[in-house]
Amino acid sequence: MSLELRDIHKHFGPVRANDGISLTIEGGTLHGLLGENGAGKSTLMKILSGFYAPDGGEILLDGELIRPSSPRDAIAHGIGMLHQDPLVFLPFTVVDNLLLASPGGSRLDRRKARQELGEMCERFGFTLDPNSLVRTLTVGERQQLEMVRLLWLGARVLILDEPTTGISAPQRLKLFETLRTLAAEGMSVIFVSHKLEEVDELCERVTVMRQGQVVGHAEMPCPSERLVEMMFGSAVEIEGREPIDLGDPVLEIDRLTVNERLLSLDNLDLEIRAGEVVGLAGLEGSGQQTLLRACSGLRSADGGSIAIDGADLTAADYAGRLANGVQFLPAGRLEEGLITGLTLTEHLVLGDPNTPFFVDWDRAEGAAAETITANFIKGRPASTADQLSGGNQQRLLLAMLRPGLRLLLMEHPTRGLDIESANWVWGQLLARRTDGTAILFASADLDELLRYSDRILVFFAGRVIAELDADITDVEQLGFLIGGKVRDAQ
Amino acid sequence: MIQFRSLLRSLTPVGGALAVAVLLILLVGESPFAALWAIVDGGVGNVSRFGDTLTAWTTLSLAAAGLAITFTAGLWNIGVEGQVIAGAIAASFVAREIAAPTPVMVVLTLLAGFAGGAVWALLAGLLKVKGKVNEIFGGLGLTFVAISLSTYLIIGPWQREGIASTSGTDPFPGNAWLPTWGDLRVSVVSIVVAVAALGTVYVLLRGTRFGLRLRAVGQNLQSSALFGIANTRYLLAAFMLGGGLAGLAGAIRVTGFYHKLVPGPGGGHGYLGILIILLAAYKAKWIAPIAFFFAVVAVGASQLPLRLQIDASLGGIVRSVLVLFVLLAGGWQARRSAIGQRRATEEVEA
Amino acid sequence: MNELHSLIAAAAPLVFAVVGETITEKAGIINLSLEGSLMLSAMTGFAVSYETNSLILGFLAAALVSSLVALLVAYSSIALKLNQVAVGFVLFQLCVDLSTFLGNSYVRIPGPSVGALPIPLLEDIPVLGRLLFDHNLVVYSSFFAVIAAYYFIFRTRQGLDLQGIGERPEAAHARGVPVNRLRYMYAALGGSLVGIAGASYSLAVKLGWSFQHTRNLGWIALAIVIFGGWQPVRAAAGAYLFAGLLTLAQILQAPLPGIAQVLPTIPFPLMILTLVIVYSDWLRRLTDRFPALRTILASEPPAAIGTVFEPE
Repeated sequence: MSLELRDIHKHFGPVRANDGISLTIEGGTLHGLLGENGAGKSTLMKILSGFYAPDGGEILLDGELIRPSSPRDAIAHGIGMLHQDPLVFLPFTVVDNLLLASPGGSRLDRRKARQELGEMCERFGFTLDPNSLVRTLTVGERQQLEMVRLLWLGARVLILDEPTTGISAPQRLKLFETLRTLAAEGMSVIFVSHKLEEVDELCERVTVMRQGQVVGHAEMPCPSERLVEMMFGSAVEIEGREPIDLGDPVLEIDRLTVNERLLSLDNLDLEIRAGEVVGLAGLEGSGQQTLLRACSGLRSADGGSIAIDGADLTAADYAGRLANGVQFLPAGRLEEGLITGLTLTEHLVLGDPNTPFFVDWDRAEGAAAETITANFIKGRPASTADQLSGGNQQRLLLAMLRPGLRLLLMEHPTRGLDIESANWVWGQLLARRTDGTAILFASADLDELLRYSDRILVFFAGRVIAELDADITDVEQLGFLIGGKVRDAQ
Repeated sequence: MIQFRSLLRSLTPVGGALAVAVLLILLVGESPFAALWAIVDGGVGNVSRFGDTLTAWTTLSLAAAGLAITFTAGLWNIGVEGQVIAGAIAASFVAREIAAPTPVMVVLTLLAGFAGGAVWALLAGLLKVKGKVNEIFGGLGLTFVAISLSTYLIIGPWQREGIASTSGTDPFPGNAWLPTWGDLRVSVVSIVVAVAALGTVYVLLRGTRFGLRLRAVGQNLQSSALFGIANTRYLLAAFMLGGGLAGLAGAIRVTGFYHKLVPGPGGGHGYLGILIILLAAYKAKWIAPIAFFFAVVAVGASQLPLRLQIDASLGGIVRSVLVLFVLLAGGWQARRSAIGQRRATEEVEA
Repeated sequence: MNELHSLIAAAAPLVFAVVGETITEKAGIINLSLEGSLMLSAMTGFAVSYETNSLILGFLAAALVSSLVALLVAYSSIALKLNQVAVGFVLFQLCVDLSTFLGNSYVRIPGPSVGALPIPLLEDIPVLGRLLFDHNLVVYSSFFAVIAAYYFIFRTRQGLDLQGIGERPEAAHARGVPVNRLRYMYAALGGSLVGIAGASYSLAVKLGWSFQHTRNLGWIALAIVIFGGWQPVRAAAGAYLFAGLLTLAQILQAPLPGIAQVLPTIPFPLMILTLVIVYSDWLRRLTDRFPALRTILASEPPAAIGTVFEPE
């Protein structure tokens, strides 16, 4: 089964998610699709599997033009997609999950389904109890279930979107083994990932995407440097920054343990000093977000301690840490930072710890107008937060940072911002260093990490696999580490 | 032009509700004008009816004012009817058990009503915050528990001398009645309480840090937490304040209207409060006029069957149809503008 | 024995109502107007039967009225993105008043009713024959509705789809299930069962029409759907339990009037208790380990209930 994509276009508003993608996938191959977050991989795969209709372009399956109009239509053509978060139904049993929306008459033949499930599980060496509830399955098992379902429905092209997120090492080996078996049987497997190491281990051919376009193909094995260069572009020259004298330790983390469903931090130690900027690198969900949330008190620690300026604040919630000079800027600006429907004035009043019980709205409006001018926010005091653009939302959030902060925690501080806004944001942030504020931030932008951090911690699967001095690290080295390839980077 | 159009748009639901009313009146073979006159005259036509209307206005306003607080906090406090009843029961307890001069009794019964409603709402709040039970179901369940509590008290411990009857307890002693002057059947006390409550709620929601934080909590619990707001405490406070105001309404129902405890003393005024606040688009400043309209219709409609061959339920139909049309019109408008926006961006991109 | 027999007969409308609302809620739509639509359909059923002298037309009209109300809730949620609870609540008030207004001329007049229809042979079975097979067609249909709904939801492919759209609509959509079309359909189906419930009340249980004839029955049904864990057989058991409480209340009326008044509201605290149990973590852990327990204990609501689903 060979698959050919010709000149696929798809845009969302002004964003060109797919900008003229052409790609051929031979039958019986394991084809990797590499790219950073936002490169357009997921959009392309959603077009292929019938979720989105493309704005332009053609899809040919064995030379025949197809137009998958829905996921069901795609699977009827033999194209099945396994999502990162498997589309299963938690309170259902395994066998009912298999049967939901499967073709056939009204009568449910659970016995037959159980038998066929058993046969397929045996073939791949899975152990799925047809009668257990999906809720009790691990992420890896849910994935196996979904894969079995797609094959059971007759998929001959299998798309896997970041399938190794949140699954254990043995399950990953099992998955790779299964995929190899399937390819050997003539199936086309598209493996979407941003992890170099896995693509290297599994795939025969690789296509690299960046900013909605295909930037190159490679036969595997292929030197990692070349793939990294394609993924991230050529290394950017980074100017030196004004060095700053670091003060006393602000944040002291001792043997911090946090257990989450997909990942856990285990006995993590970290010390950040006043005026220091520490960047957290890693694939989305490798532990950076968990660390930030544990530091902010939004997530409680399952072990270890967190101290600010020598005071143990492990038990304090966010409000308690806020009072001690810790503030957090989340990635979802409108989802968990700002409040839909509230005006800029109201946000600024809400964010001011010295607001009296009775609010003087006239004065607040005047103050808001000043803040808006001082922070170059494009909006009026009476505009609501949801009317602002992403860059202006971030400016508003920055304007609400309290004075004299000890520790500033941030997720993706410049995601979605234009260069001018991003530079301005960092100008504001770095200015706080001189007051002794320590900054801990996570970012997927390697350039940003290298440009603004003093130190960079690289996370992989919940562990810090490297601690780097930003001055003597380059994009390539960082890219390797993020992909989990410790050896090549050295 | 634009103003005219928006005026027209906001009048469409009113016209629709009127049309339904006219249709129903014609259906039973009566004159719409006569019916309208009967309602208006029945609601405000003489001093005593005007007094009844004002009494209804006070309890409707109090319930709706309480709901303005809970809705601001993003809570669907459907249990408001139960909170009115709990307030009525608590006030009845004080009225029956304590003997004191009228001014003292007024203060005590009102305080008891507030406390009763607040406690009842706190139950729904704790069920939500601690037990993850949605406030809609928790509140609904508690309402029926309150109704059956009132019935139980009337038939059981507080039964009338000699006969156990579901018609109510013995009337309260005279000094537990809200005082009235002359022929006016409304107590100045209840009007003062309602006006004060409306003013307080308006100021609280519009002009204080508490109100602003409550709005933040109601809009987005994650963001509000990042502003350092203790969500749980604010949610429970909203329940208690809202329930307390509903409880005041209950106290006024029993000390200023029935003068005894009857089964289900809320009389649906809590439920009507929900319609009022929906119509007011959750804004405290619109409560007073809308509640007055509701009160006139409620009192005036009772004249319909006396003067014409029209059932009093016509008043309720007009109210509900109006709210329904306002909701639907809002939905249509949002839908139209969403479609318009999508078209506009498509054109720009094309 | 006689009490048990009349209890089963008296519970029939409630059984229809809880089965109907269970189906609607399984699809992800909560029809809070139940109290009103049940009342309006009870009035409609009686009035139409009275005017046309046809029981069938009465039942059909009642089913039509209630399914229209349910469709209006579905439409405001799906097409207008309005809050289901707000619309349902307003419709509750509207339907109650409409039933009073339109039913005014039918109050306390004798009219048609569903006749007894003992099933030959089966009625002769000792005990069970009298209990189950000496009733009218309405009661038999209520038995059938419970069994059919259970079989449909848990034993057919369409039933799985129905559960899917109320549980995780985006995943159901991804598998090709037409989520919103089915939501309309099941809202209408559930609504028409509620209509049949109303008509069977006024035509077979408490004959005729009077002011707020089915008072509180809709709220009780709403509570029992939750108590029944969104499962028709359990919900029907809840309906019989409620009918039992009513019977008990009648017996206790003379000796313990206070208690007798309280008994009929017991389903509400039971509903709250069920919800508390459903959301407690230890119970979830327990039932995860022993799935069989879930049918006996409580099961959780459809995860997407009351939410709007917009396909991309």
